[in-house]
Amino acid sequence: MKLILKNMLRHKLRTALTILGIAIAVSAFGLLRTVLTAWNLGVEASAADRLITRQAVSFIFPLPLAYRDRIASVKGVERVTFANWFGGVYIDKKQFFARIAVDAETFFDAYRELLIPPDQLEAFKRDRSGCIIGDQLAQRYNLKIGDVMPIEGDIFPGHWEFVVRGIYKPRDKATDPSNMLFQWQYIDERMRQEWPGRAGQVGWYIVKIADTKAAGTISDQIDNLFKNSPAETKTETERAFSLGFLASVSAVFTAMNLLSFVIIGIILLVLGNTMIMAARERIREYAVMKTLGFSTAHLVGLIGGESLAIAVLGGVLGIVLAFPMVEGFGEALPKGWFPIFSLEPITLILASAAAILVGVLASLFPIHRAVQMRIVDGLRTIA
Amino acid sequence: MAEPIIKVQNVFKSYQRDSLEIPVLTDISLTVEEGEFQGLMGPSGSGKTTLLNLIAGIDRPNAGTILVAGTNLSSLGESALAKWRSRHIGFVFQFYNLMPVLTAYENVELPLLLTPLSRKDRREHVEAALNLVGLSDRIHHYPRQLSGGQEQRVAIARAIVTDPTVLVADEPTGDLDKTSAYEILTLLERLNNEFKKTIVMVTHDPRAAEKAHKLHHLDKGELT
Repeated sequence: MKLILKNMLRHKLRTALTILGIAIAVSAFGLLRTVLTAWNLGVEASAADRLITRQAVSFIFPLPLAYRDRIASVKGVERVTFANWFGGVYIDKKQFFARIAVDAETFFDAYRELLIPPDQLEAFKRDRSGCIIGDQLAQRYNLKIGDVMPIEGDIFPGHWEFVVRGIYKPRDKATDPSNMLFQWQYIDERMRQEWPGRAGQVGWYIVKIADTKAAGTISDQIDNLFKNSPAETKTETERAFSLGFLASVSAVFTAMNLLSFVIIGIILLVLGNTMIMAARERIREYAVMKTLGFSTAHLVGLIGGESLAIAVLGGVLGIVLAFPMVEGFGEALPKGWFPIFSLEPITLILASAAAILVGVLASLFPIHRAVQMRIVDGLRTIA
Repeated sequence: MAEPIIKVQNVFKSYQRDSLEIPVLTDISLTVEEGEFQGLMGPSGSGKTTLLNLIAGIDRPNAGTILVAGTNLSSLGESALAKWRSRHIGFVFQFYNLMPVLTAYENVELPLLLTPLSRKDRREHVEAALNLVGLSDRIHHYPRQLSGGQEQRVAIARAIVTDPTVLVADEPTGDLDKTSAYEILTLLERLNNEFKKTIVMVTHDPRAAEKAHKLHHLDKGELT
């Protein structure tokens, strides 16, 4: 151990720069994985017993409200609710969070992961202009029950005002705690007056099914109902729907995924280079150690231990640096871009594992060289 | 009569350089009795160091037998040979070959790390060895803080600290000035006389050779 430590400190600047290089790479790896995890959170939150029925051409085209009863008539369907993306601007365009018009009577029965006190839900149902917001959203804007949230509409033009009637808590970490949900009927009534052509339309249907194994059959049956109609449907599981949503940015997603592994490759090269240089300089010393009777296992321990110690120190420093880096990045993003943006345990495990793996791999070549070296050749080497 | 401590019989050794096979030692036989101080002399490239390396078990012959302290070195695998060296051989190099990051104490302690000795026992052994070579006051010095002669004395302390059966020295005075060389030779002579250490030394230096009880001359890989 003493020799490992002393060898590490032999070229202090080189070791420090290597540790720093690994630390920066590990923290960048942590940041990238955090972005990917945050992106994936919506998919993780998807329930297996929920199907989404949307317009076959694109998610942005609406479906008639009249479809609801026909979908509900399909065998295996437990209940049907619907929602509509509202958009709009709250305070300014940088304040991002999902604003969704939902069917007040049925939506929360399908989304049990949104935990709302019964009295607040009742108050919401009674008030056409009421809304329910996530606890994170309430905290971010210091909103309380009874407060008014003014929204400037874009998809649905005009000035809108919603009264906070309830605050939900997410049941688990994968559930978005920053949604704003309000009554679809409130929007529809105004559409009837101002844009009659847009009344009676919903964005997508949420279909709760009894048997998850029947998801494929039920989806086909629903879509067959509307074949050759002006608004054909595409029904898929909520997970597939979420994945499809991400597919629009899949190239970026793939690039980031790839980049996170390229970073591991870079760390490997940085540490590998340091270890190869160190081993080349010390080849004569390894020969002397062999002469004294040190075995292959001792050399493996000595070289591998040094490589691993540098990698672990770099990894630990990188993880420590990743926390402020992720926090700073989260602050720099538009509010609500990612509802949850923090270093997850899995990211920390991956970063630690990457550092350890790199430590082991970087020592393989120098170990091979030292072990294979004949003592007499090593003793002749001039460092 | 007791068996010799070192018995080299009909040893051949050659090196492969690309497609060329270069003979280094040809049919070498010699014996060293326990407690003897023998010297190997000869011009550069005559094979003295190669013969010393074979006796020390850090190289292997192409043919022939080398018996040291009753062990046929050819019968040992790499791992067993390493263990054998740690118990039976003390090696003194021309260029000292101390670990630059370790102090004199730590360098001498290095071979003891392969033994089951406790930390306290190791300390006693190291201090005794450094005391014997006259460097008790330099135990915490790094090699760069020592003169060439002092470095070589630390190297000798490292070689004897495990009380090996045989001490092999490859031109131990080759890199030293006259005074330091004399001190080292006196030290080796004392190890032989007082502590009955068996020593085999390669040297170019006639004054060093004078210390040996018996001198072998090698030329073009043959004993003359």
